[in-house]
Amino acid sequence: MDGIHDMGGMHGFGPIEREEEEPIFHAEWEGRLFALAVSTPVHVPGGFRPLIESLPPQRYLESTYYEKWLHARIEGLIAVGALDRAEVEARIADYTADPDARPPRRDDPACTARTLERLRTHRSPLRPAPTEPAFAVGDTVCVKVMHPTGHTRLPRYVRGKRGAIERFYGFQALQDADAGPDEPPQAVYAVRFAATQLWGADAEENGSLCIDMWESYLSPSEETPIQATPRKE
Amino acid sequence: MAHNHGHSADDPAIRTRALEDLLVEKGLVSTDALDAVVQAYEQDIGPMNGARVVARAWTDPAYRQRLLSDGTAAVAEMGYSGAQGAEIVVLENTPQVHNIVVCTLCSCYPWPVLGLPPAWYKSYAYRARVVREPRAVLAEFGLELPAAVEVKVWDSTSDIRYMVLPLRPPHTKGLDAEALATLVTRDSMIGVGLAGGPPATAA
Repeated sequence: MDGIHDMGGMHGFGPIEREEEEPIFHAEWEGRLFALAVSTPVHVPGGFRPLIESLPPQRYLESTYYEKWLHARIEGLIAVGALDRAEVEARIADYTADPDARPPRRDDPACTARTLERLRTHRSPLRPAPTEPAFAVGDTVCVKVMHPTGHTRLPRYVRGKRGAIERFYGFQALQDADAGPDEPPQAVYAVRFAATQLWGADAEENGSLCIDMWESYLSPSEETPIQATPRKE
Repeated sequence: MAHNHGHSADDPAIRTRALEDLLVEKGLVSTDALDAVVQAYEQDIGPMNGARVVARAWTDPAYRQRLLSDGTAAVAEMGYSGAQGAEIVVLENTPQVHNIVVCTLCSCYPWPVLGLPPAWYKSYAYRARVVREPRAVLAEFGLELPAAVEVKVWDSTSDIRYMVLPLRPPHTKGLDAEALATLVTRDSMIGVGLAGGPPATAA
């Protein structure tokens, strides 16, 4: 969706603020929420990103990073039926009434071991190739002009732009919302754009942008290949 | 948190307690598992991992080759693998090309080698600006590169997770991998700094 989260190239955000000696988590609840998010073995179809992206723009901008995660986890778990909205609201009411209360401990070393093992395990996103990739490294391509209403991994700032295939990464499952459950995996490429292609004549000098693209985001380009900055080894 | 700040149902700390209580009660997670995950990401999984990878690449040409051709496998050789690192691609900085990594849409970041991202990496300002004006962003980080060096920004939109292999700083010939690792800052592996940079940019 053409949402507020799709920020690449936006003006107006000012300097990048950095904190000296920044802690990993800025409050205890952030660490707990992070741990809950990565440990809870409940699959939410479509994942959590669409839930964050569909926050109303003002709420998206005003929520902190982990507040967005908190929203997505609660809504996602309710949507798949792992939690019931009434019980969530009731439990929140309990903790609101007694702010000193903490969740009771329930330890399970086997669960801990399983959780840590899962977090350490490499699960490649690459899938067997159902077809040949349509493009080869060096091919000129054009990004489609497309404005899906659901989740997509194609940001606005590259749509309709002309680039060149920089790398081929193999096949990955399409994450866009309009991908059906039987959608075959697609070739994923790193596509390279000259800065001037994206930002015009005022672009910074000698700059380029590479971005991962699923094949369905791309069309072949018959135009003269771009004279990109020569690649050095 | 002091009592006089007030607590309401909107308080994320309150909501997180409720969420933890329910998920533990339902047996979906255990309290000690949550403790262990917090500890792992606060203490064990961080940029010191990536620094060791980089230092080894600087001192072992065969490892460097493996790292550039299959980042996931090479990084796993050092014992680093897992969540948000299922497909790691290492981007080599050269005298001609300087790489920088971002995720404009959210916050994708190679956790197994760099740990969790700093707040600035996830900030709207970084996500919006670095794809459009990377040199201006680098200047804010104290780095100015000559025009002859191509600045190449990588937007992580798929499940590939990128890490920059920074240039080895000059005058480091006599140092072993362990000493070299202390020169590799987190910022240099994101691409907003050089290795051997001032301590303020270290993780």
